[in-house]
Amino acid sequence: MLITIAQLEVGEKGIICDIALDNIPLKLLEMGCLPGKEVELLQKAPLQDPLYIRVNGSHLAIREETASQIAISKI
Amino acid sequence: MANSKNITIALVGNPNTGKTSLFNQLTGLKQKVGNYPGITVDKKQGVCQLSPELKATLVDLPGTYSINPTSLDENIVYETLVNDKNPDYPDVVVVVAEVENLKRNLFLFTQIKDLGIPTVLAINMADQMQRKGIKIDIPVLETALKTKVILVSARKKIGIDALKEILLNHQTLNTESVADVSERIHGQFFKRIQEALPHFSTYKSWLLITQQKACDFILPKEQKKIDFFKSKATKINKFQHKEAIYRYQVINEILEKTYSVNREEGTDLRAKLDRILTHKIFGYVIFAFILIVIFQSIFAWASIPMEWIDTSFARLADFSKAQLPTGKFTDLIIEGVIPGIGGIVIFVPQIAILFMFVAILEETGYMSRVVFLMDKIMRRYGMSGKSVIPLVSGTACAIPAIMSARNIESWRERLITILVVPFTTCSARIPVYAILIALIIPDKHYFGIFNLQGLTLLALYFLGFAAAISSAFLLHKILKIKNTSFFVIELPNYKIPSIKNISITVVEKTKAFVFGAGKIILAISIVLWFLASYGGKDFKNAAEIVHSQKTSVDLTDAELKQQIATYQLEHSYIGILGKSIEPAIRPLGYDWKIGIALLSSFAAREVFVGTLATIYSVADEGENTATIKERMRNEVNPITGGKRFNFASGMSLLLFYAFAMQCMGTLAIVKRETNSWKWPLLQLIGMTGLAYIFALIAFQFLK
Repeated sequence: MLITIAQLEVGEKGIICDIALDNIPLKLLEMGCLPGKEVELLQKAPLQDPLYIRVNGSHLAIREETASQIAISKI
Repeated sequence: MANSKNITIALVGNPNTGKTSLFNQLTGLKQKVGNYPGITVDKKQGVCQLSPELKATLVDLPGTYSINPTSLDENIVYETLVNDKNPDYPDVVVVVAEVENLKRNLFLFTQIKDLGIPTVLAINMADQMQRKGIKIDIPVLETALKTKVILVSARKKIGIDALKEILLNHQTLNTESVADVSERIHGQFFKRIQEALPHFSTYKSWLLITQQKACDFILPKEQKKIDFFKSKATKINKFQHKEAIYRYQVINEILEKTYSVNREEGTDLRAKLDRILTHKIFGYVIFAFILIVIFQSIFAWASIPMEWIDTSFARLADFSKAQLPTGKFTDLIIEGVIPGIGGIVIFVPQIAILFMFVAILEETGYMSRVVFLMDKIMRRYGMSGKSVIPLVSGTACAIPAIMSARNIESWRERLITILVVPFTTCSARIPVYAILIALIIPDKHYFGIFNLQGLTLLALYFLGFAAAISSAFLLHKILKIKNTSFFVIELPNYKIPSIKNISITVVEKTKAFVFGAGKIILAISIVLWFLASYGGKDFKNAAEIVHSQKTSVDLTDAELKQQIATYQLEHSYIGILGKSIEPAIRPLGYDWKIGIALLSSFAAREVFVGTLATIYSVADEGENTATIKERMRNEVNPITGGKRFNFASGMSLLLFYAFAMQCMGTLAIVKRETNSWKWPLLQLIGMTGLAYIFALIAFQFLK
């Protein structure tokens, strides 16, 4: 099933399959958030945003609007 | 030494890799912080003796994840490495990587290596490899990366000498590219670039094409060709994305052969701490508690050294008065220079304590958790979670606070943060508040612990934050700037802060503040003294005029002298200036003397107290050694016959200083950071206008 990172529940993982490149900062790609990588939602901030994820060995916080541009297949 | 040589070494790396620790290890205390020309990014340089014959200048470049800059700080890295005529252009680069996240660190490494600069890789925190089950095959990695790779631990001082040894022999390093991705992206396109710009390495040309800003070292002929490639914008964007993807492919291929990790990670502690520190209730409670501790220490701890500094400067003035021959020059020293310097030095304890806390919070990794925790709330006010750091730092001084807004990615969020930071109650307002509160608020206690004066000060702090937040909200609603916001922050591992790193940061930042702000304040106090000590014809003939106007015959000599001095001040240059603005400030309850203080404290707020002290001491020729507070208390409003500093005019002044943009240093920094006069001017007019209105309402209601 194809969803975005924003739809993950805390503790769930997925594999990145598609990134809306025009809406995603290059910086995020350069930090290793790339298609084929495993991503895990570690935590949500108290007001449900930003999201705290682990991808490619990095622990990052991104906003929901960015997370919703990254399609994943849940595992 | 006549035959000693000097080379330049640049330290580059991701944030949180311990790059600065390594820098501190290599240079010890032989470092200095300067500014890059035109911008105020701290430039850290140090010296390291590699051998008796070879001295190296180390440049600690700002932390970055990629050579493609997304902030002013990161732009320094790009501009230093791409321009071989830059004075900091290195003979060799040390890329500092961290052992746990080697993959991401190698991304930056391969970019720099592809520029053709001799580059070595220092893998830091190697002491933790065993605990984390990490194994690295160094010889194979060296072959793959075509350079020297060294394991170091800056904290445990492992590998430092070996690194120096490699740097000593930097001429033998291979400068070939390691991840030439041009073929994978689009071979033909890159071949055309290579043919058009044969003097640059392909990767350098590619970087020049992808960056928006043109570099001034490029010849017009070359720039034309670069602009031609730039015009294919959509293609370039796509290629940049491809570059990231292919670079990671190459890195993965390399790491598969050389890097292994036995995943029984020690991430337990991290997860546990994260759960508490970013908890929806405890997270905020802990943050509030930390803020209270910081404020408490800024006031309670700092008051002891501040009092000591205050009395020391008073003694120094007395001592100089006794030792120096009387004359104009001595007056300048005693009435202008010494109080001027004292006015800066007195803030050192507060600023040092604040810098210490900020450094600790950043080193431990807690600061990024605060950013994570606060982002959503701050966004309602048009700011970012990253705005918390400037807003907290603003309680010490707006200047470093505004500089710390630099890592906010969205221009709109950064601009709003910069515009509202000066509302937070900086330490320069404290002396103004302190003296006015002491004058107009009774020293009463409630329930034994709450002191009315203390509560007033607290209320003024809240007023500052409230003003910052509400004006941010207003700006958020009215600013018509397209928000291309994105937000990425790394949440690093928790670390125990190193005392050495913290002390160096505190010392360097405090030094930069004292010399930066100090120059302005000192200059203003000297100018002020001159303006108050010289004047036109009426000033020179003050004695005769006072004599001829003498109303009563039985004045004592001292009283006469006092009258002459007051007359002189009124007709000094600054008196004339103060009088000319009096009509504008009379509705606020101020006279021309306060007017002078307002004008001069435009340089910096704390000058207000010093100016009144100068004005009253210039006007006070007797042997009277009353404190400034007593003098202010005795000032009489000639129209009402009541006190000049009563409740109404006092409150009016307090509110004026709470809102007004009374700080040239801040305006200068806002100009530099926003690169236009529009924003500092808007800030000046908006804040001072608001201050005027509030002061007016307060005085008219309370009088």
